[in-house]
Amino acid sequence: MSATTESRRQSPIADLNPVEKVLINRLQHGLPLVRRPYAAVAEELNLSEQQVLDAVKKLLAEGVLTRFGPMFHAGELGGGLTLAAMRIPEADFERVAEQVNGFDEVAHNYRREHELNMWFVLATETQGAIESTLDAIENTTGYPVYNMPKEQEFHVHLHFPV
Amino acid sequence: MSRFSSADYLRPESIDPSAISAWGLLRLRQQLEQGLPLSPRPYQALAERTGLSEQEVMSAITQWQKQGLIKRFGLVVKHRTLGYTANAMVVWDIPDEQVQTLGKAMAGVPFITLCYQRPRRLPDWPYNLFCMIHGTNRERVLAQLDSLIAEHNLQHIHHSVLFSNKAYRQRGGRYVSHD
Repeated sequence: MSATTESRRQSPIADLNPVEKVLINRLQHGLPLVRRPYAAVAEELNLSEQQVLDAVKKLLAEGVLTRFGPMFHAGELGGGLTLAAMRIPEADFERVAEQVNGFDEVAHNYRREHELNMWFVLATETQGAIESTLDAIENTTGYPVYNMPKEQEFHVHLHFPV
Repeated sequence: MSRFSSADYLRPESIDPSAISAWGLLRLRQQLEQGLPLSPRPYQALAERTGLSEQEVMSAITQWQKQGLIKRFGLVVKHRTLGYTANAMVVWDIPDEQVQTLGKAMAGVPFITLCYQRPRRLPDWPYNLFCMIHGTNRERVLAQLDSLIAEHNLQHIHHSVLFSNKAYRQRGGRYVSHD
């Protein structure tokens, strides 16, 4: 997704029906690992298996959900992962954002209210590629990058009630 | 109501993962990165695409979850679309010997969605603990932060709140979400 398409589409807040709300809340807790997981969830929620499948498909198609299924842990797969920040003058921000987003390794890029105003997550195939990608970003943009890799994760239970 | 037999609740038998074909596992991982099939028997569908059996697919996934390779299994919400438009990264300068205790405490707070220890970059960046709070609006997030500070006696700890109102790029899929 390029900077321009993302900023044009600053997502409208979804209008969810009661079935969708119940499903989103339930499925954020994970899916049971049984042969017919959708039927198991359906039974729990007093819905039909088809209702569950249809609702998830619709939510994916509408972009309310970005994905459904397992999230692999990039670090554990042997790849590199880091959070990096840059201090970019206002007048140069859009240009640098385009340049940074031009790197395939950039997974997220957020503008934040701070002197360090550009924050992005870098995900690379190998651990070693983190350093070289950050160097390449510095060379391309002309600004220093602050690399802040994870030293320790404190596990949270991620849940967005709707 | 759906009608399905008790066999459909079968959990994976313990299959020795080393006995599952390596190529099959690689294909399975590639398939899973695209998401779980939306058909009544998704593991069977994956089995057909990878040359593994349904039981092998379920065993491999169980194993990957145990190993921490699969971090979460469920849905990934686009929180902005759900109305969580205020996204704040709250960063703290915590004395090193207290990071462990405070990191664990903050991770247990329901509205904190990520909590990491990261290196300071002195003199520009003194913060070593990063928490994310997603809320429906800025005032609410700040109120939650106030309650967190009061409850955990963090008044003396220097912190900064970095709100974001613009995602320049957001990709789902293979990687752990950091936003």
